[in-house]
Amino acid sequence: MAELDFAGPVLSEGGTWRFPPHQPLRLDSGAQLENLEIAYRTWGELNADGTNAVLICHALTGDQHVAGTHPVSGKPGWWTRMVGHGRPIDPAKHFIICSNVVGGCMGSTGPASINPATGKAYGLTFPVITIADMVRGQAMLVEALGVETLLAVVGGSMGGMQVQQWAADYPDKLFSAVIVASASRHSAQNIAFHEVGRQAIMADPDWKAGAYAQGKSRPEKGLAVARMAAHITYLSEPALQRKFGRELQRDGLSWGFDADFQVESYLRHQGASFVDRFDANSYLYITRAMDYFDLAAAHGGVLAQAFAGARHVRFCVLSFTSDWLYPTAENRHIVRALTAAGCRAAFVEIESDKGHDAFLLDEPVMDAALQGFLGSVERERGLSK
Amino acid sequence: MIREDFKEILRLVRPGSRVLDVGCGEGVLLDLLTREKQVDGRGLEISAAGVAACMSRGLSVVQGDADQDLDHFPDRTFDYAILSQTLQATRRPRHVLDELLRIADRAVVSFPNFGHWRVRWSLLHRGRMPETEALPLPWWSTPNIHLCTLADFLALTEDLGVRIDACAAFAGNGSARQIDPTKAIENWRAESCLFMLSRNPPPVQSLARTEPPATSGDLFDG
Repeated sequence: MAELDFAGPVLSEGGTWRFPPHQPLRLDSGAQLENLEIAYRTWGELNADGTNAVLICHALTGDQHVAGTHPVSGKPGWWTRMVGHGRPIDPAKHFIICSNVVGGCMGSTGPASINPATGKAYGLTFPVITIADMVRGQAMLVEALGVETLLAVVGGSMGGMQVQQWAADYPDKLFSAVIVASASRHSAQNIAFHEVGRQAIMADPDWKAGAYAQGKSRPEKGLAVARMAAHITYLSEPALQRKFGRELQRDGLSWGFDADFQVESYLRHQGASFVDRFDANSYLYITRAMDYFDLAAAHGGVLAQAFAGARHVRFCVLSFTSDWLYPTAENRHIVRALTAAGCRAAFVEIESDKGHDAFLLDEPVMDAALQGFLGSVERERGLSK
Repeated sequence: MIREDFKEILRLVRPGSRVLDVGCGEGVLLDLLTREKQVDGRGLEISAAGVAACMSRGLSVVQGDADQDLDHFPDRTFDYAILSQTLQATRRPRHVLDELLRIADRAVVSFPNFGHWRVRWSLLHRGRMPETEALPLPWWSTPNIHLCTLADFLALTEDLGVRIDACAAFAGNGSARQIDPTKAIENWRAESCLFMLSRNPPPVQSLARTEPPATSGDLFDG
């Protein structure tokens, strides 16, 4: 991947954007990050009017490889059913941007990066980051790419939190916003599940108080357990039942603690493959950012106030019937705040038994809704008739 | 072809106004109002399929229920709140009417008249629940749970202390007919009827007929 140093507009396939020297990212915690790097990818081209840019915000363990082939896993990007030729977000008509968040581990500065002050990996000396910090970094990248206003900013789950933050902090840079299966703050249950994951990582002797980068081994077992617990929250009981039921791996029980049930082996596989592509400390920092996210609290306790500047923005909110991680009620809470703020909001709850992960899976109704919404946004923006 | 009650609503709504269509279905009326009257339109619709259809028309429609979700709109967000052939399917029609006039300066409400002579005939002579053009489904599958007659509705408006700004009646496929709803004959003749209501006393805004068209929502201004 090309490493680019620039301040002016560029069109490229992506790379790593470096903050200009002596321009740190000021964080909500009060700390500052020097020499920040943000890894990103783009598809398509910005049109002459600069009106066709779409920013996609990734979820917790996602990355910038929303389409195309993932360089590490060799698998297709994480949202190829939404992004690609003939898809609702189409490089033939959109300039698509997806960046890796601050604190991530796919090329952006995060706890695994080298702290220029010490020459060692940050580890736990990395400052605590928030969703607003992530968005602040993204906004600077978008500006550096020569984009003044975004046709749409789109995201599911944690990506949807970033979209809300964009609407609160940079409404004038947005024409429309799509929030899928998200929430304006975490419930106690959401925080509880994240805490289980963090404790699993921190209980791993290889974690070494976050300073494992200097050693030979990483807290893979803890991270795998964190992923297994989280993965259950992404699915639904009917989906798990349909996929695995109580089916066994082999003939009969082992009378021990091997993975007898297919669901056990599935979760072990999910955990094991996750450690190859994700950093344990990044997991701690990003889950913390999600738990800290509370858009209403930052606006006098009234969520509608957060959206007061975004009345011109067209919003689309989608939820799924079987999502118990970010249930419809949480999404409807956002919609009601948008309504109260006088924003133009569309909202639909999509019938699905696939749980929270439905937004990444084959859901034709979601595709049609987004295609319809973006189509009308494009017409209004003068991109099509 | 445009439905007769839609034509009447198109006639009543001031260009460029802010409109909420409650129970907007697939957005046919909102689409018409947006194109012909340049309204700033929003919708509320209970069915996911309806909302999806509205989204692809470019309409801002929220999936929700008139019985519960009107409560979340601030006071006087709209110039008009429209409830077209939906009142009889709500659980709390009185509450819904009250809410419409809280969130909008005017409510436009249409509903099938259960006092129409065909309905009376069906009950009197056949002893059966009516199946008419305005009430096309059998009793066991109709979404209508709170049917009323024109006279019943009139009594409710009195009870709520709201003013009737306009009233029209429809029969068959004929065009709208302006009526005096207090005349008993209309309760026999109207297959369905349409009211435009406002709070008593009239809202200050509506007195200035020459005011510029409202732009997008200005809730925080006032």
